Amino acid sequence: MKRITALALALAATVASAPLAQAAWQPSKPIEFVVTSGPGGGTDTFARVVQSIITKHKLVEQPIVVTNKGGGSGAEGYVYGKASAGDPHKVIFGTNNEYLLPLVAKLAFKPDDLTPVAAMAMDEFLIWVNGAAPYADAKSYLEAVKAKPEGFKMGGSQSKDTDETLTKLIEGATGAKFIYVPFKGGGEAAVQLAGAHVDSNTNNPNENIGQWKAGLVKPLCVFSPERLPAGAKVTADKGWSDIPTCKEQGVPIDQFQMPRTVWLTPKAPDDAVTYYADVLAKVKDTPEWKEYIERTSQTSRFLSGKDLKTFIASDEEKNRKVFEKEGWVVK
Amino acid sequence: MENLNSLMHGFGVAATGFHLMLMVVGVLLGILVGVLPGLGAPNGVSLLLPLTFSMDPVSAIILLTSMYWGALFGGSTTSILFNIPGEPSSVATTFDGYPMAKQGRATEALSLAFLSAGFGALAGVVLITILSTWVAKFALRFSSPEYFAVYFLAFASFVGLGGASPFKTIVSMMLGFAFATVGMDTISGSLRLTFGFSELLNGVSFLVAVIGLFGIGELILTMEEGLRFEGIRARISPRDVFATIASMPRYWVSLLRSSLIGCWMGITPGGPTAASFMSYGLAKRFARNKEGFGKGRPEGVVCPETADHAAGTSAILPMLALGVPGSATAAVMMGGLMIWGLNPGPMLFIDKPDFVWGLVASMYLGNVVAVVLVLATVPFFAAILRIPFAIIGPVIVVVCFIGAYTVSSATFDLWLALAFGLVGYVFKKLDYPIAPLVLAMVLGDKAEDAFRQSMIMSRGSLAIFWSNPLVTGLTALALTLLLWPVVGFAREWVRASRASALRPLSVRGAADEATGGLSR
Repeated sequence: MKRITALALALAATVASAPLAQAAWQPSKPIEFVVTSGPGGGTDTFARVVQSIITKHKLVEQPIVVTNKGGGSGAEGYVYGKASAGDPHKVIFGTNNEYLLPLVAKLAFKPDDLTPVAAMAMDEFLIWVNGAAPYADAKSYLEAVKAKPEGFKMGGSQSKDTDETLTKLIEGATGAKFIYVPFKGGGEAAVQLAGAHVDSNTNNPNENIGQWKAGLVKPLCVFSPERLPAGAKVTADKGWSDIPTCKEQGVPIDQFQMPRTVWLTPKAPDDAVTYYADVLAKVKDTPEWKEYIERTSQTSRFLSGKDLKTFIASDEEKNRKVFEKEGWVVK
Repeated sequence: MENLNSLMHGFGVAATGFHLMLMVVGVLLGILVGVLPGLGAPNGVSLLLPLTFSMDPVSAIILLTSMYWGALFGGSTTSILFNIPGEPSSVATTFDGYPMAKQGRATEALSLAFLSAGFGALAGVVLITILSTWVAKFALRFSSPEYFAVYFLAFASFVGLGGASPFKTIVSMMLGFAFATVGMDTISGSLRLTFGFSELLNGVSFLVAVIGLFGIGELILTMEEGLRFEGIRARISPRDVFATIASMPRYWVSLLRSSLIGCWMGITPGGPTAASFMSYGLAKRFARNKEGFGKGRPEGVVCPETADHAAGTSAILPMLALGVPGSATAAVMMGGLMIWGLNPGPMLFIDKPDFVWGLVASMYLGNVVAVVLVLATVPFFAAILRIPFAIIGPVIVVVCFIGAYTVSSATFDLWLALAFGLVGYVFKKLDYPIAPLVLAMVLGDKAEDAFRQSMIMSRGSLAIFWSNPLVTGLTALALTLLLWPVVGFAREWVRASRASALRPLSVRGAADEATGGLSR
C-alpha cells in the first residue's frame, strides 16, 4: 500500500516539478534508502534521521522509502546496491564496513564497486568497564589485564568487525591480552557489561549511555585525539568532556573512529553524486542533525569528493594492517 | 505501591480520545498485517514508523504497540483457518486450531484463541506493572550460559513428545538446525552454507520456510485429495462467541501455566515463538489424557496463544529497561525510540515517567480494544471457510507467495517457499513431524551463539553451565524434562517385561500409555 501511495506522490511531484528539472540531475521517482543494518542499529538510526530531516525541510522533491538489508553484517545491502548498477534512485547507508567487510569475508561485491557520496559523522569508541569495577582510569585497568593474560573478557559487537579490530589494536599497543567475546550487537555488549558478565567493552557512546546514566557502566577513556565536546552532564557529576583521551592515559592509539557513510550504486552519474552530496550537506546544517550528533555523542565531520576518497584509502590501509597481522584477510 | 500510583498517572496520559482513536487504528492495521502471512508485525511497524516522526513519543509508541497487538491477534487467524501461520509465533496454534476449523468449529477456535491471547497479554502487562524494577535487575543476571540454558529448556519441553518415531523427530530437528546455520556467523564472522548465493547472506528466512512448509505443503496435500467444490458447513452465530467466553474459566490451569511460561520467556528473552512451543509441549506433557492433541483439542489453542501474547507483551520490558529487544518487532520499536530522542535503559523509567507509564497504561487499554475488535471479526473470518476450496485455494496460493515476497522483497524467496512447500508435502506423506524442524530453525542460531559464547568465556569448559545457582537450576530443569520420558519408558519397560513376559508384543503400547500416566 505504501508503494502505491509513494507512486501517487511521485506522480504528483513529477508534474509539479517538471519545469524545474532541466539543469542538473534531479530524482525522477521515489528514492530508496538502503540500510546496511537491521532495524534499531546505529546505521538504521542514521538513515532514518536523514530521512526525517529531508522530509521535514522538503530538501528532496521525491518521497523516500527506507528498507533494511542488514544480512551478513551489511553485505546484503551492498550486494543489493551493486545489483542495481546505474540506478541513482538507490542510496546506500553504511559505515566503514563497505570497504572492510570484503577483506575478511568472500562476498559478491568489491570495495570500489559502489560510488562514495559522503561521510557525515564519525562515531567514537571508548573503553568501558562495569560501574562497580575497582579501576579509576584506563591505565590501572590495562595494567591489571596485562598482569593476567587472557584473564579478562572484552565484549563487542560481531567478529572481525570494528570492536574486535580495536581490541587487537589495544593488545598490540599495550601488550595486554583479552578474551574477546562477540555478541550480536552493541546493545547486547552493553547489557553484558552492565551485568558484569564481561569485564569491558569498546562501545560507541550511544550504545552505552543508558547504562552509564544508571551507573551500571563507566567510561575510562576515549579514542580521539582531543576530548569530546562539552555537553550536558550525563551522570550527576560527569559529562562526555570529563572523559580523558586514551592517549592521555598512556595508550598509544591516537584515534579510532567509525565513519557514517553514504553510497550510490556502481556507475551512478556524476551529477547525481553531486546532487546527493549537496542535499546531505544541507542536512548536516539543520538543527535536527546537530541535535542527533549531540545526543549520540558522535563527531560531526562532513567529507565528500576528493577528501572522502583520501579518507577511505587511509582508513582501509590502517585496518588492513590489523587484519593482515591477525590473519583475517580472505584471498 | 509506587508503581500503581505511576500507573494511574499513566492512565491519565494514555486515556485521551486521540489516543483511543490511535489504538483502534493501530489494532485494525495490525490485524491486517497479521492476517497476511509474511507481512507480519516487524514489517508493518517499520512501514508505519516514518509516520510517527512528527508525533510526540507517547502517541507514537501507542500507535506502534497497538499495531503490534493487532498483528499478534491477526496472526492466529490464518493459522486456524488455513493452517498458515500469519506470524512465526502462531505456528503452534495450527496444531489444534486447524483441525478444529476443519471440524466446523472455527468460531470456537478463533474465539478461544483471541480470548486466551487477551488473557496472556493482560498477565504480561500486570507483570510489568508490579515487577518492572525487579525484573530489569533480574534480567541483568542473564549471560550467554543462562541464555543457552533457557533455549535448551524450550527444546527439552518440546522434544520427546508426539507420536512420530524418535528417529524421524531427530532427522527433522537436524534439518532445522542446518537451515538455521545458513548466512553470516556471528562468532567467526564468516559465511556458512551460502554456496555463493548472495540471497542467502541473511540466512533462510523463517517466515518463508513456514509459509512453504505449512501453507503450500497443506495446499498440495488438499489438492491430492481431490478438489472439493463445497466449503466446510459450519454454523456461524455470534452466540457461539459468547458461549466460548462463558467456557473460558474451565481452562484456568492452562491459562495460568501458559501465562507463567510466556512471561518467563518474554523476559529472559526466549521470545514469543519459543514460548508458544514450550507452552504447547508442556500442556501435552501434563495432560491426563493426551489423546485429543493435534486433533482439535481446545487446550491446544489456549496454551500456545496465552504464552505467545504473555511473552510478546512482557518482551517490551527488557526493551525499555535494558535496550535489549525481546522480539523482532521490539527491535523496530527500539529504533523508533532512538529517533524520537529517547535512550532506552534503566533510567528511562525515572527520566521519562510520562512516556513509560503512558505506554504501560496504553497496553491495558490497547489489549482490551484489540480483544473486542478481533472478537467482532470472528463470524466474518469463520464465514470464509464456507467458500468452496476451488475458489479459496488459488487465493491462498497467491496470498502465500505475496507473503513470501514481502518478507524481504526478494524473488529468490518465492523459489524458496516453493521448495519448502515440497519439503512440507514430502514430510507429511512420510509422516515426519514438521514442528521440530520449525523449533530448531527459530532457536537454532540463538542457541548456537549462546553456546559458543559460553565456551569462549569458559575457555571450553562445560562446567560453566552449572557455575551459579541460576544457570544450574535452569540446566537441571531442562535435563529433567529431557530425560523424563526416557526414565518413565525405561521403568515401565522393566516392569512390563517382568510382569508379562508372555505378552511381548504389547510391551511397547503399554509402555507408551504408562509414560502418559507417569508424566501427569
